[in-house]
Amino acid sequence: MTAVAVEAGPQASSLRHRLAERGVDSTLLLIAPATVFILLLFIYPFLYGLGLSFQPKEGGIGLGSYRRFFADAYEVGTIWKTMRLALPAAFFNVIASVPIAMKLRGRFRGKRLLSTMLVIPISLGTVLTAEGLLNFAGRAGWINRFLMAIHLVDRDHPLALVNNYWGVLFSLIITGVPFAFLLISSYLSGIDPSLEKAAAIMGADWRKRFSKIILPLLAPGLATTFMLTFVLAFSVFPSATLVGDPAGSTRVISLAAYQAYAEDFDYSSASAIAILMGLIELIVLALVMGWRSTLYRGSTGGKG
Amino acid sequence: MSTPRTAFESLRLEHIGRSFGGHQALVDLNLTIARGEFIALLGPSGCGKSTALNCLAGLLPLTTGQILIDGKRVDTLPPEKRGFGMVFQNYALFPHMSVAKNVSFGLQMQNVPKEELRARVAEAVAMVKLTDYAARLPGQLSGGQQQRVAIARAIVTAPRLVLMDEPLSNLDAKLRLDMRGEIRRIHQTLGLTTVYVTHDQEEALSMADRLVVLREGRVQQVGRPEELHSGPVNWHVADFMGYRNLLDLRAVQVRGNDVHLSGAGVELMGLAAQPVRAGDLVKVGVRPDDFKVVGPDAAGFDATVEVVEYHGRDFAIDARTAGGQVVHLLSEQALAPGSSIRVAASPSRVLVYQTDLEPAQEAAA
Repeated sequence: MTAVAVEAGPQASSLRHRLAERGVDSTLLLIAPATVFILLLFIYPFLYGLGLSFQPKEGGIGLGSYRRFFADAYEVGTIWKTMRLALPAAFFNVIASVPIAMKLRGRFRGKRLLSTMLVIPISLGTVLTAEGLLNFAGRAGWINRFLMAIHLVDRDHPLALVNNYWGVLFSLIITGVPFAFLLISSYLSGIDPSLEKAAAIMGADWRKRFSKIILPLLAPGLATTFMLTFVLAFSVFPSATLVGDPAGSTRVISLAAYQAYAEDFDYSSASAIAILMGLIELIVLALVMGWRSTLYRGSTGGKG
Repeated sequence: MSTPRTAFESLRLEHIGRSFGGHQALVDLNLTIARGEFIALLGPSGCGKSTALNCLAGLLPLTTGQILIDGKRVDTLPPEKRGFGMVFQNYALFPHMSVAKNVSFGLQMQNVPKEELRARVAEAVAMVKLTDYAARLPGQLSGGQQQRVAIARAIVTAPRLVLMDEPLSNLDAKLRLDMRGEIRRIHQTLGLTTVYVTHDQEEALSMADRLVVLREGRVQQVGRPEELHSGPVNWHVADFMGYRNLLDLRAVQVRGNDVHLSGAGVELMGLAAQPVRAGDLVKVGVRPDDFKVVGPDAAGFDATVEVVEYHGRDFAIDARTAGGQVVHLLSEQALAPGSSIRVAASPSRVLVYQTDLEPAQEAAA
């Protein structure tokens, strides 16, 4: 008995040691709740939906729901309509956030107020933003009334800024810019400010400093920001309904899925559309990731 | 590369000052730098030396004064128009560019033709002995190698002024010695006018042609290394020049420049480096190697050995007098802690200063 214990002792400890070297130890249990959470609330529903998409309404197992989607030009059109919103919105959000984040790096009076105002739209949520847009940019909204008052716009033909493509795009920008700004700010703070000083002393004006130093170091962060705001914009749903034209130009892909589910009670088609939506997002992300992998992604010298 | 493109005859700093809010970081700095000179700005952290360097570089606007190169103002130019080179404390290498790209950046900004650019980059990289590493990224180099890249990058354009901001402070002791020699060698080879900021007196003394000692934004003394080493103008400069013993004593008797000093069990004869009167409380500076252990009957004062450190060639001793004053000295023999010794110093090596650094100094001058 004692002999066995003596032999087992070193073996047991060496196994623990070898596991620890691979990063496996008891603290790994801390991620157990999160794993269970992901399994129950993401992996299982996702696989369930994937299975559902292959069980068309008319019975049997197969690609019937996908075929139905691609056979209907009205349905296929939602892909293009969504892209037409999500791509410009994501590009604009990233590009507009860069100068703001650059400017807000330095110290100046009123910086906190300005950055707070920039971030507030995130906390408001899409519905409140949409309501604000309807009041502000609607046919009888302040913008139109002001433009009419200064006779820039004809009283009978107010600018159509909401209930169409532009309304949804504005809404995506209003909620997307703060998000992109926050992300890009944190990427920028990771770039050592003395790099720019060094470049300046070596004779680079601000354009060169930006294009040769800041932009290459920031590009991976811009790619990540683009991907995240693109995904957010691609799954646009509330603003497409509230400030868009949900029967026409802003009938986005998530609306198509919702209608299949809630109006046609075709759960299989709804699932198939959701899966397609995910696939399209993955394709765009893969393209961006491919580009990102060609960039320098090491240390940027700063704190971050 | 050996002659700077736009060498100047003289660079003048006139009444340079810089305040942050209400705090004066640099006050009335006046200095004329000749072509090819190696100037060290020396002082403790917060003394304004880095502020002065950043003002020179154009990274900080001046609050007062002007900077003139051969009579033409440059303090109104942005940093990219000044044609200087700079080595940063944290190197500030562009992490996404290879060593060669980092070094060529400044030349590219000047639109130097490709052939010439390649030759000059190769020359600069060879000068810092990094030819085999030209294709590497900075992240793949050691700290010393990164520092050499930073130096190559600052000198490749043959700038009219090279600024160095504590370039060796992030290196270990041995590398620091090597790089010190390296910087000196490069300076002697290329003759580039250099302003070097450091808090290390040894670095400053060994490399610079002239030193500027700063304290709380004000210049304390400007001079050649040997001038500062042997004749600091006040006790603050003495402190920086290796006068580790700064004793608070009383001037008992003053005859001409000879001062008889006494206090806390210390009895010394010293030389007045600033005017002092009998009865004054004074600061007395003595280097550890100028204190000698003498025989029990010789003139001097008694102390008890407290700490003995082995330094290779000799021993560093901390001894305490009966009056509680600790003195630092060097001894060739190992002394036992607790033993009694008699300590003396040659009067010419005992410098007597006023206790007040500023107002008294003005009044005396």
